[in-house]
Amino acid sequence: MSETVRKRGRLGYLLLFPALAWLGLFFVVPLYSLVATSLFDPAGSDFRGYTMSWAWGNYSDALHEYWQPLLRSIVYGGIATALCLVLGYVLAYAIAFKAGRWKNVMLVLVIAPFFTSFLIRTLSWKLILADDGVIVNSLQFLHVLGSDGRLLATPVAVIAGLTYNFLPFMVLPLYASLDKIDHRLIEASGDLYAHPAIGFFKVTWPLSLPGVVSGTLLTFIPAAGDFINVQLLGSPNQRMVGSVIQSLFTDANNYPAAASLSMILMVLIVAMVVVYVRRAGTEDLL
Amino acid sequence: MTGRWLRERLVLVLGILVLLYTFVPIAVVVLMSFNAPASRNVYRFDAFTLDNWLNPCTDPSMCDAVRRSVEIGLLATVVATILGTLAAFALVRHDFVGRSATNLLIFLPMAAPEIVMGSSLLALFVAAGFSGQLGFWTILIAHIMFCLSFVVVTVRARLAGMDDTLEQAAMDLYATPAQTFWRVTFPLVFPGILGAALLSFSLSFDDFIITNLNAGTTTTFPMYVWGVAQRGVPMQVNVIGTLMFAISIAIVLGSELNNRRRSKALA
Repeated sequence: MSETVRKRGRLGYLLLFPALAWLGLFFVVPLYSLVATSLFDPAGSDFRGYTMSWAWGNYSDALHEYWQPLLRSIVYGGIATALCLVLGYVLAYAIAFKAGRWKNVMLVLVIAPFFTSFLIRTLSWKLILADDGVIVNSLQFLHVLGSDGRLLATPVAVIAGLTYNFLPFMVLPLYASLDKIDHRLIEASGDLYAHPAIGFFKVTWPLSLPGVVSGTLLTFIPAAGDFINVQLLGSPNQRMVGSVIQSLFTDANNYPAAASLSMILMVLIVAMVVVYVRRAGTEDLL
Repeated sequence: MTGRWLRERLVLVLGILVLLYTFVPIAVVVLMSFNAPASRNVYRFDAFTLDNWLNPCTDPSMCDAVRRSVEIGLLATVVATILGTLAAFALVRHDFVGRSATNLLIFLPMAAPEIVMGSSLLALFVAAGFSGQLGFWTILIAHIMFCLSFVVVTVRARLAGMDDTLEQAAMDLYATPAQTFWRVTFPLVFPGILGAALLSFSLSFDDFIITNLNAGTTTTFPMYVWGVAQRGVPMQVNVIGTLMFAISIAIVLGSELNNRRRSKALA
């Protein structure tokens, strides 16, 4: 394929301008407002108005008061991401290497369930994990759960919901990088008498790393910020940082605290992403 | 014998099991759409009925919310698809200063946590004195913002993977640039644009976190579901869920069949 020649001139800028202006105005400028709001005098309110007072104390207050939901978000998001990686790898591997002519059908089936509303899907997990449901009853029968044990309102239900809801974000990037692998490399490892397991860990896994990295990021970031699963499947004991930010904004009208907590979440996620991507050695992805 | 058969297909079998697991809640949604609940507070299957399908608007506020979500989804899709497609053409076909900064700006909204995007937009609207006017228009602005990046990425992928020999042939045959664009380039890119539009609509229709922060008293369908989740869900919600699933499957299958027919016609 011949390399397309990129045209110079004003037209390129004209085509780009509307989209960039929209993103600038409604994505970048708001981040600035968020930083500003996070430093407002916490004594202000929606009605009396806010004054800018460089109140860095908002950050330490937010950390002090909400470190538990913050930590919980990272932990729940992390566990859900790990579970997604296991489930998603199996599924992506099966599609890329074993599905044959059913590849496209299986790919469609991966996305299909997620066309139903996120909230409705999560509500049906509430029904599946209900106290008198099949799953709880069988776990009670097997004595995994006590006779009054339950799944709803526990971390298990929240993590199960997160894992389910963000699975496609893991499967699709994994599939994309597994599908690109040259099968001859895997065959070569077999010809050289490598055990299939060794072949997998020395050839397939390293070659799929770009997919693993982007899949884990695409799963972890929304999972850590989510509060729908906690609200519908969990209880206030599992409150995650998203629920706190949401209720500070909409119920408590405490904008400075909500904004500083948002900033903390974002900085935390960016820092984790940078460290993770460095360690995985896939910096060119970003 | 069976041991070997299983070993060779173990991954496939496990993969299919994972796939089945993703369909479990969908089966529940479809089942519950035929449910006649004994009481509004207990969410379980009691008896079969067609009532929910025959009278989907028993709670008129649900149908209002669905209508509002469709309106916002369509408007957001049109604007985001146009702006995003223009930008994708610029990125693939034109040279400009600041390419990597532009790529970063397009990538970031897809990676940022929704709660952060939603709260920062709210901070902006409040700072600009719009806290009293939150509603349809602020939701629309937010939806266009988060759909844009997905449109750019989808259309860009289609454009970048496209061979330009057909366009060169058109030019060689003395087609004007406008003729080349509308008769050759655009039809070739169109599947990408259509895919981007469908993606935008489903992102917009399903968004809760960003919408909820910027909606004021306006209610979209996901917000309606959120509200009733606390006080008892009408079974008609599952009718909408089933319809969403069925319509998207129909669209995907339809385009797949269309592709197959076309590639057969070309062969």
